[in-house]
Amino acid sequence: MSINWYKYSAPATFYGLAGRLVPWFGGAAASLTVIGLYLSFFVAPTDFQQGEAYRVIFIHVPAAWMSMFIYLVMAAWAAVGLAFNTRLSFMMARALAPTGAMFTFVALWTGAFWGKPMWGAWWVWDARLTSELILLFLYVGIMALWAAIDDPRRGDKAGALLALIGAINVPIIYFSVKWWNTLHQGSSIKPSGTSMDEVMLAGMVVMAIAAWFYTIAVVFVRVRRIILERERHTEWVKHVLEGA
Amino acid sequence: MMEWGSWSAFWAMGGYGLYVWGSFAMTALAIAVEVVQLRQAGRQTLQQLKRLNKWESE
Repeated sequence: MSINWYKYSAPATFYGLAGRLVPWFGGAAASLTVIGLYLSFFVAPTDFQQGEAYRVIFIHVPAAWMSMFIYLVMAAWAAVGLAFNTRLSFMMARALAPTGAMFTFVALWTGAFWGKPMWGAWWVWDARLTSELILLFLYVGIMALWAAIDDPRRGDKAGALLALIGAINVPIIYFSVKWWNTLHQGSSIKPSGTSMDEVMLAGMVVMAIAAWFYTIAVVFVRVRRIILERERHTEWVKHVLEGA
Repeated sequence: MMEWGSWSAFWAMGGYGLYVWGSFAMTALAIAVEVVQLRQAGRQTLQQLKRLNKWESE
């Protein structure tokens, strides 16, 4: 049984599929968040150096991972859209940006709230922090560009181009702790393994997966709305609107 | 297991309460704002599109 994936690249089919999946992803995100929070506060031990302050790791790291990963997925959809001129790809890129910007803001905020007690400063012009701030400006810039250009097709291409150009910033963020002598600590999860306590690691990974499911649910809801707006004149959207 | 001993110890978070709860509260707020905004935008779009289609079909 081979699945005809192209069938789902048609907005009408994807609209139905995404609609059916949203509650599942939303439910999974909510339950994993509850488990993750339980691990974070009631199972994970006190850190011998940072005491309880380290518990911010359970949202700071997943948010930072998501901020980078969502940007790459957005840039990938932008590339697919530019290469194949497929409308749905641009819609997916547009649907991803706000959630990516939210996670970037959360990563910066939680980082500052962790940095203040540990480093004594809310903000330092450190390579990791500065490149993450640039990531936020990129997200906002791309969303502003999409909002500014009325013609959807032209707007898609302009935003997609900026998304692609900005993608170089993601590896810079990721490797900044290795390339420069940064105040921000190096990555504690490396291919060679990790020095982290299992439960701390488990809490962080559960929260990261919850963030994944949350992102999929939110982006599907947002892209379905964009599909309705863009495909307004089609029969199937008129049918959906009568039903709604 | 992590024993807090009392709720007040839990909220104090070893003296880092402001920083830990300031982080978790802002994260919850950011997610809540995104979800609420998403719902409103959804309703608004449906109404707008219905009006537009009706207006154009007359």
